[in-house]
Amino acid sequence: MILVVDMNCEKNSLGYYEFVLPIISIISEIDECKAKHFMDLRSEDTRQCNGMILSGTPLKDNTTLSQLDNFEWIKTWDKPLLGICAGMQTIGLAFGSRLKGCIGIGMTQINTTKENLLFSSQFMAYTLHNFSIIPSGDFDVLAESPQCVQAIRRKQRDVYGVLFHPEVRNKEIIQRFIYAFNDHRRV
Amino acid sequence: MKLGVLFSGGKDSTYALHVAAEHEEIVCLITLVSKNKESYMFHTPNIELTKLQAEALGIPLIARVTEGVKEEELKDLEQAMAEAAEQFQIDGVVTGAVESVYQSTRIQRICHRLDLWCFNPLWKRNQKELLKELVGRGFKVIISGIFAYPLDASWLGKQIDLDLVDRLVDLENKFGISPSGEGGEIETSVIDAPMFSQKIEIADYCVNAKGNSGVFIVKEARLVPK
Repeated sequence: MILVVDMNCEKNSLGYYEFVLPIISIISEIDECKAKHFMDLRSEDTRQCNGMILSGTPLKDNTTLSQLDNFEWIKTWDKPLLGICAGMQTIGLAFGSRLKGCIGIGMTQINTTKENLLFSSQFMAYTLHNFSIIPSGDFDVLAESPQCVQAIRRKQRDVYGVLFHPEVRNKEIIQRFIYAFNDHRRV
Repeated sequence: MKLGVLFSGGKDSTYALHVAAEHEEIVCLITLVSKNKESYMFHTPNIELTKLQAEALGIPLIARVTEGVKEEELKDLEQAMAEAAEQFQIDGVVTGAVESVYQSTRIQRICHRLDLWCFNPLWKRNQKELLKELVGRGFKVIISGIFAYPLDASWLGKQIDLDLVDRLVDLENKFGISPSGEGGEIETSVIDAPMFSQKIEIADYCVNAKGNSGVFIVKEARLVPK
């Protein structure tokens, strides 16, 4: 089971349909899936899942970036984790990275800078962000756009962050994330 | 949050309005009437119906005319959204975008400039499911424009029911037509919806079609009790 964490500023928000539901649709074709708002995460939810995806949020919603107390668990998390947009920013901040103002709206060229399981070479992806991060020493940079860091991985861990939105035009990245850590489901 | 809906009177913006109204307060509808029948951004047939739809919804309508020149029409949209922000103090807008990155990118950029929230509650929805949901929830939607092979005049004015959804999905499989018409293959007009206090009755219409392109033009319509 993959747990999708709704990173919108409140539960049952209008942003759920746009930022959480499309991820659930992609996962549901492959694996079981459950969604929880970040305020409602309980240890039993995290125990039961094989991996977790943190959703993005509307451009004006930066709530999680100032509520890091709710994400202390990321520091000791030992299962596969993928943060998308606000999800990547939150993972970065949890490990001492800094935010960097960087506006990106629309299709953007992404250049892979380090070999990894999720993507390779150059590709176009949909972006919707006000910030990127300046990663702390805990991370490898996996990809960049001409403007900023677009993907990171925590060194020696299966903790990934992508600033672009793979659920929009690169759903194979989410599929690879699930397959990579669920060998029995590999096709 | 107070929101305005970018409203064309077609099925997607009307359904997006319904979804948004379950979460936030919808205080106005924003419509751009494009003089260009091939507008990249805006649904065009029967946009005049939006006045009746707004009345049936009991939500004020801001309607502005645009020449419909590509990219220029975005300035007209921005102007209309800025007016809505000032007049109705909206915090953001709702769109009916499902798949179009072209459309959503441009609206997100305008929202960013105007410091408005942008919501796309139908984003990435499966188009067949979306059509079935509309029918199931009691939306009465007619096909008011066709713009792709092998669609022809026989489709114009037809109300979307489950059989028609199957036929559209069949065309997707055979000809790559988007069943919900987001590629501009079909345009629709909503004549009744759950939030409408009255429904629209079409009293007079004409069909203007040639080959695989045509429109169903409503010449006279009125609101009647449901």
